[in-house]
Amino acid sequence: MKICFTAKGTTLDAQTEERFGRAPYFILVESETGSFEAIQNPFADGGGGVGPKAAQVLIANHVRALVSGQVGGNAREVLAAAGIVMYTYRDGGTVRDAFDQFSKKTLEQSA
Amino acid sequence: MKLAIASGKGGTGKSMVAANLAYTLAWTGQVTLVDCDVEEPNLHLFFPAPASAREITMPVPVIDEIVCQHCGKCGEFCQYGALTVLPDRILFFSELCHSCGGCMLVCPNDAIHEEPKRIGMLSVSNPQPGLKLISGTLDTGSPHAVPVIREAKKQAEKDPLVIIDTAPGTSCPVVEALDGCDACVLVTESTPFGLHDLQLAVDVAARLGVPAGVVINRSDGKDDETLRFCTDNDLDILITIPFSRDIAAIQNRGDLLCRVRPEWQKDFYSLFLKCRALAGVER
Repeated sequence: MKICFTAKGTTLDAQTEERFGRAPYFILVESETGSFEAIQNPFADGGGGVGPKAAQVLIANHVRALVSGQVGGNAREVLAAAGIVMYTYRDGGTVRDAFDQFSKKTLEQSA
Repeated sequence: MKLAIASGKGGTGKSMVAANLAYTLAWTGQVTLVDCDVEEPNLHLFFPAPASAREITMPVPVIDEIVCQHCGKCGEFCQYGALTVLPDRILFFSELCHSCGGCMLVCPNDAIHEEPKRIGMLSVSNPQPGLKLISGTLDTGSPHAVPVIREAKKQAEKDPLVIIDTAPGTSCPVVEALDGCDACVLVTESTPFGLHDLQLAVDVAARLGVPAGVVINRSDGKDDETLRFCTDNDLDILITIPFSRDIAAIQNRGDLLCRVRPEWQKDFYSLFLKCRALAGVER
């Protein structure tokens, strides 16, 4: 399944980003194969309502789980309605670190 | 004439100046005082009187889920993130909606119509002969100050002399209140904070093309920096109100300086005359 990590850069070695709606990049990792793609978040510098808009990007890309530091109320509502499971990662490591923790099932589900 | 009372900094005495100016001018003709500080309107405290009130609403989309095909066009169109279309339903966040009506226009199935949603209250009173007070009050939790301000100003649209008390700061609510005014009074105090925020307010007024003058309130006589800034920027000092225990005491019990000390009325009338000159209008 496809998992989204919020990140400051475009690779697995990029630092994770705590914010969801204003994360510069979404790294989409295929959990079975470890292959990934980076998507630039078009709403990172948006004026308002960025949470639900960013959530729509995840829905359009068939993401099943999100790993991020903090997800706002509106985004949370959209993601929950779309059946995307949210996990909290706030250790400030790389996407690879967060993915390792996700694989070991040590991340806490946030909703 | 439409005259706005603004400031960058909060607590400089906008409402005090607006209330005393309106009180003074009401003896000479019809004046409408509009409280556009809709997040914390308080001019009615200076002018207690029975008021008539009505709701202020804004149109928001309502989706007919039977007709809706979940095509996603409205969600793509909405720049505010107010609509999210899922395969089986639509999520609507009314606090993100700006009532642009675009979702309705782009819907190919006519599945969207608008219904009013309450965002605040508008009250109107006549606290003394010659004076009409209009107050806009934003509902707690609503982020839509601008449409409430627009509605309050609209209520005074046909009135000959309108004094608009704005919110502090320089963001959307202030811009909406200042927009279309013939002149504005920027109330400041002689502190580094007052001067800093005055500079911001001057910039906003200039960008909106509203001629501005300055009132220095609570002056301790050491206004050199403010005076220099005003000279450099070609801003007239309209009146200076001194730092005084007597004035503070009157204000603190919710009274009006010009009611308790009528000799101040000539200062506020001269403020009005200078504003009229700034605006270049008759009244």
